[in-house]
Amino acid sequence: MNMNRQALLFYPILLFFLFLLFIGSLIYGAVSIPPECVIDILLGKETDRIAWQNIVLQSRLPQAVTAMLAGASLAVSGLLLQTLFRNPLAGPSILGISDGANLGVAVVMLYLGGSLRQLSDLPINGYPAIILAAFIGACAILGIILYFSSKIRNNVMLLIVGIMIGYLASSIISILNFHASTDKVHAYVMWGLGNFSGVSLAQLPFFISCLSIGLFLSVLLIKPLNALLLGEMYAANLGVRIKQARMFILLCTGILTAVTTAFCGPISFIGLAVPHIARLLLGSSNHKMLLPVTLLTGSCVALLCNMMMVVPGMNTILPLNAVTPLIGAPVIIYVIINRKNIQYFN
Amino acid sequence: MRQRTPVIETRQLGVGYSLKNGKKKIVHGCLDLSLYAGEVTCLLGLNGAGKSTLLRTLGGFQRALHGEINLLGKRFNAYSPADISLTIGVVLTEKTNAGGITVYELASLGRHPYTGFFGVLKQHDRDVIEQSLEAAGIAHKANNYVAELSDGERQKTMIAKTLAQECPIILLDEPTAFLDVTSRIETMVLLRKLAKEQQKTILLSTHDMDLAIQMGDRLWLLEKGRAIVSGTPEDLILSGEFGSFFNKEGILFDSSTGKLNTVAPVDPIGVEGDFIASYWVGNALIRNGWKPSPVSYGYININCLGKEQLIITLPGQKQLEVNSIDDLISVIEKVKHDK
Repeated sequence: MNMNRQALLFYPILLFFLFLLFIGSLIYGAVSIPPECVIDILLGKETDRIAWQNIVLQSRLPQAVTAMLAGASLAVSGLLLQTLFRNPLAGPSILGISDGANLGVAVVMLYLGGSLRQLSDLPINGYPAIILAAFIGACAILGIILYFSSKIRNNVMLLIVGIMIGYLASSIISILNFHASTDKVHAYVMWGLGNFSGVSLAQLPFFISCLSIGLFLSVLLIKPLNALLLGEMYAANLGVRIKQARMFILLCTGILTAVTTAFCGPISFIGLAVPHIARLLLGSSNHKMLLPVTLLTGSCVALLCNMMMVVPGMNTILPLNAVTPLIGAPVIIYVIINRKNIQYFN
Repeated sequence: MRQRTPVIETRQLGVGYSLKNGKKKIVHGCLDLSLYAGEVTCLLGLNGAGKSTLLRTLGGFQRALHGEINLLGKRFNAYSPADISLTIGVVLTEKTNAGGITVYELASLGRHPYTGFFGVLKQHDRDVIEQSLEAAGIAHKANNYVAELSDGERQKTMIAKTLAQECPIILLDEPTAFLDVTSRIETMVLLRKLAKEQQKTILLSTHDMDLAIQMGDRLWLLEKGRAIVSGTPEDLILSGEFGSFFNKEGILFDSSTGKLNTVAPVDPIGVEGDFIASYWVGNALIRNGWKPSPVSYGYININCLGKEQLIITLPGQKQLEVNSIDDLISVIEKVKHDK
């Protein structure tokens, strides 16, 4: 009981950091705007600088919200996969779900790009097509993984199948790249670098509602996830309907990863590393605490990465996937080196 | 014969696997078995004898191929997975990832069938968990992480989990494997205590023949291609059935000593005297290839007066006194050699 009270302290602390980082993301950017002006703009006061107002409200605000939700989603789907596959190195990118989304996007950007321009006077322009393609790609891979998950009882084998499918998808993408024109490849590569600014203010409600549903569903999974710490047979003996729980977990992961990847590109390391950061912070793998803490930590880390993308004093923005490994990779290496002392997967 | 109602009863039960082409691989075809409340039943058998298959079938993890299982007077098929989780608790060999939760949290997973959608523990649940930890003898480690426990303590924690589950039946798959000697004995004593004090029905598979003979109320001897044999250890040994299960491929079960060996010693040496001393003298004789026997004229006879006073009488009535079994063995070896 003591431990639970101690763990409850994490919520206000994490929420405080989240608030700081959120405000920080609005204040700090490639264009320098004085903090008091940002606050004024946020409070709805009149400003004489319309450009600043546009930057804060049309660009930085949706970007911060996107980062917050995308980080939470990737982190939670990483946690779900690590628990389901009982593997500390499982994550949305490893199971090929990100690659599936990637493949869908590649097909649209590299080959259907031309035809999409002709449709530009219809409400469907390039972006929804990319989102749809990512969704279809992720769900296709998810379907394949689900199919194999009913055939292969062993989760490690299933993980390997996921990795193989990911390789297959990447290989198809390379072949597509080889045949596509240079400018399309460039656009695709830019998307592949990852970005939190891909969600416009108009798209934000759709983005928020999809991810909120996914996150809400994953909170409902806390009880079976804890039982799954003991393995599937123990969980079954405790009354968990294993097939159903597996499907549910994979479905949640699919929604969270597909939507995030479609809007923000394939983001590495957040899904893999944040659950470990949360476990190290919390010192527990009890999902009652771990899942909410992972969610909040994911938001914080993504906002931090979002701020790190802006190189101080220069007018350039680093690609997101150049920044996430800076935080993610050391964490994974730390966990692997100290795996004897860190007990969560023993 | 005592008349009791079995908790689990199987009739013509077939266990094994359904293969892809619709065929069935039957490991055991017609098992008629009974498990009783308040008893520890040990399932003995070599690797590949089908111990795990039988346990998995009785635990509801895989379907019976044919025949029927009656669980507390009701057909097994009438139980939903939720009913099973209230009736049968299991301790498996499956690797767990529970290192990062506490002993208390692990035991509380046993309350899963009772708690609501979010698994919130009520006061009653907490009372049951605390009693379970107490009964399993692991309450003093309640706030430790599972990763910090020894193998024996982990096994106790898993047993506490099944107790928190409040099931009348507990199935354990090789609970003493990988444990050191003291933990093995502690675990078996704990299981016996639970059977006697809480009237649990306990079935466990094991390779630990000595412990099974010592602690099991009933043994099930399982071998591929052979009908299962069940009974108290002593009945099975005296009837010779125990021996016939192990007497193969150069392995012999000596029913006079309860020990397995590759060759049965035949060369007799008479032993008499102090009970404990003569028991261990016998042990040393068997190891060196001699058969401890009743004292008889013409044998080398040993009179154990005490643990440090052993009188050897050679066939020529010559007597020697030695003070340790080490000396005893070297004397006998010398005599046999001179012959």
